[in-house]
Amino acid sequence: MSTTTSRGVSHPAPAKAASARPRRGLRGGATFNFWLFTGPFLIGLLVFVYVPIGWSLWLSFFEARFTVTPDKFVGFDNYRQMLENSNFTGSLVTFTVFAAFIVPLTWALSLGLALLVNRLRFMRAFFRSVFFLPTACSYVAASLIWKMSIFSGVRFGLMNTVLGWFGVENIAWLANPDPPWYWLVIVSARLWLQAGFYMILFLAALQNIPPELYEAAAIDGAGPGWQTFRHITLPQLRATSTAVILLLLVAAYQAFDEFFNLLSKTTWGRPPLVELYYTALGQAQDYGAGSAGAVILTLLICMVTLLQGKFMGFGRGEEAE
Amino acid sequence: MTAVMPDRKAHAAAPRKRRRDRGGVLGSTGLYVATGVAGLLFLVPFYLLVRNSLSTDAEITGENWQFFPTDLKWGNIGELFDDPTVPFARSLWNSAVVGVLHTLGTLLVCSLAGYGLARIPYKHANKVFYGVLVTLMVPSAVTFVPSFVLVSSLGWVDSLRGLIIPGLFSGFTCFLFRQYFLGFPKELEEAARMDGLGYWGAYWRIVVPNSLNFFAAIATITFISGWNAFLWPLVIGQNPDAWTVQVALSSYMTNQTVNFHLIFMATAISILPLVFVFLFLQRWLVQGIAQTGIKG
Repeated sequence: MSTTTSRGVSHPAPAKAASARPRRGLRGGATFNFWLFTGPFLIGLLVFVYVPIGWSLWLSFFEARFTVTPDKFVGFDNYRQMLENSNFTGSLVTFTVFAAFIVPLTWALSLGLALLVNRLRFMRAFFRSVFFLPTACSYVAASLIWKMSIFSGVRFGLMNTVLGWFGVENIAWLANPDPPWYWLVIVSARLWLQAGFYMILFLAALQNIPPELYEAAAIDGAGPGWQTFRHITLPQLRATSTAVILLLLVAAYQAFDEFFNLLSKTTWGRPPLVELYYTALGQAQDYGAGSAGAVILTLLICMVTLLQGKFMGFGRGEEAE
Repeated sequence: MTAVMPDRKAHAAAPRKRRRDRGGVLGSTGLYVATGVAGLLFLVPFYLLVRNSLSTDAEITGENWQFFPTDLKWGNIGELFDDPTVPFARSLWNSAVVGVLHTLGTLLVCSLAGYGLARIPYKHANKVFYGVLVTLMVPSAVTFVPSFVLVSSLGWVDSLRGLIIPGLFSGFTCFLFRQYFLGFPKELEEAARMDGLGYWGAYWRIVVPNSLNFFAAIATITFISGWNAFLWPLVIGQNPDAWTVQVALSSYMTNQTVNFHLIFMATAISILPLVFVFLFLQRWLVQGIAQTGIKG
């Protein structure tokens, strides 16, 4: 990958070779410079990434309510408490349901939009921007529009207004978990927010498919439309699709903003991070249990990201050296 | 994947010609109808935002749906900033400071480290790099409890330091810079070094000025994610004076008294800076997404 990135760089005329030798000593010493360049970042990484993770690992074995320097060792009690806590395990179920909706839907919608936009001859940039624009919105802003305007449970909400034209009674979208209409609100909000982002990835991948493949397929008698899509486009997009699905999964796992804001006064629909927020920073301020929860969630997400690394190859730039 | 954007024009011509052969007027009309309908649906939330922010509460909650307010209530802007019960101006200022410093700081720290890891020969460089890679496995959102524990013991709760500094050290951004610098033409630096510049001088005088596109792409992405961040500012901003715009919006949503027109005006204003980013920096944004998105 990295071998190709330099194409975007402008190439000025190479500086004229001078007769001066490269300097040695402090200014040119590689080891000194290595630490000069990486030092600030590495210190920060140590303090703000490694230390918190280590500290919370330590906290998770202590009884730590309202304190972060506890002295009562409790072994795996915090872990047992979290895993027996139906709210915590329930939040993992909530995540699973959420992922089961949002991952395939976003995949399909963003691919569909990319296919549409890619076929446009006029106004392509315009429509690309339209689908892409929601990426500018924050999850909080979208939650606000969804909660107070589109899916407002009262009669002036857009959905209830439109449904009212067909004689449907007002629906309390968020305030009533039975039937669980709140999933429609949550999923549609995120779908709107992120589809354009993944559309950009699919567009890039579509434009990278060699046109000869389509010509060959046409010669072999593949009909345009579904046959070509099924046998040429889809297989060519496999790498991007895998990447997108894993990205969506990791993003869904970290879902917080829209759940927190849309369902702020409810007890249902709490994904892991929201649950953790209320455990550690709510009334109880139980840092021990909160840390144990964080460790469990970290281990779970590590499995997904390792999978991601395997598919997408984090160090793949190595060949370039 | 990263090279996709510059290649677009080269590939685009051929499939277009092929497409013209089939489909015809009917197919192309259907295509534009489908895209147009999808586009309108995507714009509905923006329409609601503009409509509601320029209406009165009575117009928003009225019995019959009003497509657009009869006269636009630009006075809502002044009313929002004059309202002493909501520290909206303060939160906008906080967001601006955080957004700018977060972006500049991340770019500085992560690009230097990325360059060091990519280009400066040091026998343990690989070990250091693995130390950075390991952190990519753990998304920072998942560790907000431990981070809060640390930042609160530093006494940084309710402060801009606490909002900005912990987020500067992104293993992922460092990784992106390293990958980018691996592909940077070595000859340019070597020429600079021949001219007597050390690593430091070559970096600032040759490498950075020739990488402005990449820096702009990463800066755009970083600014957007900083401006829109919610979980960390929520955890850190316990006092309204330290709220960012997102935390302020969130608190309006749960307020007892609901002023619809003010809430929507606040939301519209909070989105405005990013709409400008979209309109004027879209090229870098798209590049940045192609660079960052695919590597997750």
